[in-house]
Amino acid sequence: MNPLLRRLRAELFATRADAALSLVLISLISLAAIGCLRWVLTQAQWAVVKVNSTLFAVGRYPVEQQWRLWLLTALLVAASGATWGLIRAHPRPDRTGVLWPRNDRLAVGLLSLIALALPWALDLNLAIAGRWWGLTVLLVFCRWLAGRYGARLSPAGQRLAALVWPVLYLVGMVLISGGLGLVTVSPSEWGGLMLTLLASSFAILLCFPIGVLLALGRRSDLPLLRWGSVLYIEFIRGAPLITLLFLGQNILGFLLPGGLAPERVWRAAWVLTFFAAAYLAEAVRSGLAAVPRGQLEAARSLGLSYPKALQHVVLPQALRVALPAIVGQFISLLQDTTLLSLIGLLELLGTARTVMANPAFLGRNGEVYLTLAVLFWGCCAALGLGSRALERRLDPHAVPSAT
Amino acid sequence: MSRAGLLGLALVGALVGCAAGNGDPGSPTMAKIRDRGRLVCAVDGAVPGFSTVGPGGAFVGIDADFCRAVAAAVLGDPTKVEFRPVTAGERFVALSSGEVDLLSISSTHTLSRDAPGGNALSFGPVFFYDGQGVMVPKASGIRRLRQLAGKPICVESGTNTELNLADRMRELGVAYQPLRFQSGEQAYPAYEQGRCAAITSDSSLLAAKRSGFKDPAAHGLLPELLSKEPSAKVTVQADPAWADAVRWVSHTLLQAEESGFTQANVEARRAAAKKDTSQAEQRRFLGIEGDFGRQLGLPADFTLQVVKAVGNYGELFERHLGPATPLGLERGLNRLWSRGGLHIAPPFR
Repeated sequence: MNPLLRRLRAELFATRADAALSLVLISLISLAAIGCLRWVLTQAQWAVVKVNSTLFAVGRYPVEQQWRLWLLTALLVAASGATWGLIRAHPRPDRTGVLWPRNDRLAVGLLSLIALALPWALDLNLAIAGRWWGLTVLLVFCRWLAGRYGARLSPAGQRLAALVWPVLYLVGMVLISGGLGLVTVSPSEWGGLMLTLLASSFAILLCFPIGVLLALGRRSDLPLLRWGSVLYIEFIRGAPLITLLFLGQNILGFLLPGGLAPERVWRAAWVLTFFAAAYLAEAVRSGLAAVPRGQLEAARSLGLSYPKALQHVVLPQALRVALPAIVGQFISLLQDTTLLSLIGLLELLGTARTVMANPAFLGRNGEVYLTLAVLFWGCCAALGLGSRALERRLDPHAVPSAT
Repeated sequence: MSRAGLLGLALVGALVGCAAGNGDPGSPTMAKIRDRGRLVCAVDGAVPGFSTVGPGGAFVGIDADFCRAVAAAVLGDPTKVEFRPVTAGERFVALSSGEVDLLSISSTHTLSRDAPGGNALSFGPVFFYDGQGVMVPKASGIRRLRQLAGKPICVESGTNTELNLADRMRELGVAYQPLRFQSGEQAYPAYEQGRCAAITSDSSLLAAKRSGFKDPAAHGLLPELLSKEPSAKVTVQADPAWADAVRWVSHTLLQAEESGFTQANVEARRAAAKKDTSQAEQRRFLGIEGDFGRQLGLPADFTLQVVKAVGNYGELFERHLGPATPLGLERGLNRLWSRGGLHIAPPFR
């Protein structure tokens, strides 16, 4: 018998009761799937998403400046491709799997297929579809280039290559907001997926260092530092995010003299950052608690200073333990950005609200929410996938890879 | 140019500035708007026909156009608006904290919102007459409010709507189950899926939302209205000069309809009135005679700018809410007083 069939039989139809349960479940699931597919393919009216696709992507960003966002996307795609290639070029033979189980050529094929089919399925106009195809080619090309020649890079060169990302973040900020000779685009015109990603990436990047410092502060021997950290963490964790956001949006104007309060998109991003930092601190603290005290003592007795011992011995172990919790925090932070719609920012959910209120598209809620769900799922899945790859790479219990 | 020449020019500029400021009623908000070069106008952003964002990223709707009208009146340019979407819950805080200059959101004029001991807001003239209605599926056989006893009713939380429903049902002595939702995007799908026997909101909104239902004809409004909802534009009480300016922009839209000025003909009509001294009323309204603009702290031709930017009230209604739009609302109470409605502009004199 075919091994696949044998396995199916062992897992689903081993006993009579199993078989009955499997049949019921399979028919229920397929009924639901068929119902969903029928709605998606025949009943749903996707015009609402097609017509408003720019709004969902970048919000009210001025049309004549949108080339800057395309340029930024191209840069990000090139950097992703190069990073991917570099990781391939420097495999860790003592670890199972690198970025993708078995072979990442499969991932390339899948990605190209999606990139080819999606613009066609969405019926995008040729100019936009062409850009997406161009971006896919760029990604695959950079991956190939870095994979081919990346092995020649010296360790110092590799470290330099990693600096591309922070630099790119700053370049991206300039491209989005303007300055340095570019026309300024006010944050009130940012929106859609761009604002969601911008706010969440800003908060993720900044809450990490703040969170680690708070966790260290909470375990510190200095009473002032310890109590300060405890107070901060418990205050933030005791207040719902939405109240903090309201506070930031509307009360700051009372407290600060006119014009001093930062643009409200930034206020919201900072509130998200400070909020997430408190939770992150607790995740990191759980990691710190998991590192036996002997580790620090051993490092100190070897003559390492306290910061050095933290940096080289304690934190690497603590962060590895805390990684799943930290990534969980990042994912929930990404989803927390939907609360920005309640303070009137047009991020993804806010854009969806206004699109669903457009008299031309009244009642198209299902289509809009499904699109939102797919977009959020994609972003969160990417974060989860990345974290699992990182976990595998940091796994101290080396398993020699099979291939 | 020599340095002395430059100095002279600056002096002349300062003098002209003083002259323009002379007689200015001294509105801090208007000064702020002129400094900034744009009006910060709060809209809801998700009310069909009143304010939504179009596919190109521009705000569309009768509330959004009112912001443009005010910008045209103050700054002479309807594009100089920064739209600020705010939700129903935070709109008054956003206004009183100075985050926005003006609320162009359907806000019912009530005593507690108006009074100095309450929200201390300043309401313009009624911009849209509405009333709270109740929608039910026609198949349910419910014809009167009383019949909703014991049934779930969908309602948006934190609104007047919720309070009105509770008041009326208590009056009738009818127990019901309120099903509260944070926003309409959740409430209407829930109603359409049959989770509640009825949904209540402003009649205009109910009609708008019904047009997006799968089968609009299957739902009807009960004949009883739960409340009157005259909604107006809102500013802070602390700046009465600014409130007056906004009030007269609103009146301008009505007076323009009454006098037959439209976006298309206002320039030509003004040119004609300029030559014809017998058209006294038109000449006053368009700022050819008198100094009404200056008295309000606005440019002399602010009425012209308003009508040129967005048209008159009737045009606004037809463009965003009327029978030609997907919403298909009737003018009803929102007709001019001269045609049996409630809208009336006081004389421009």
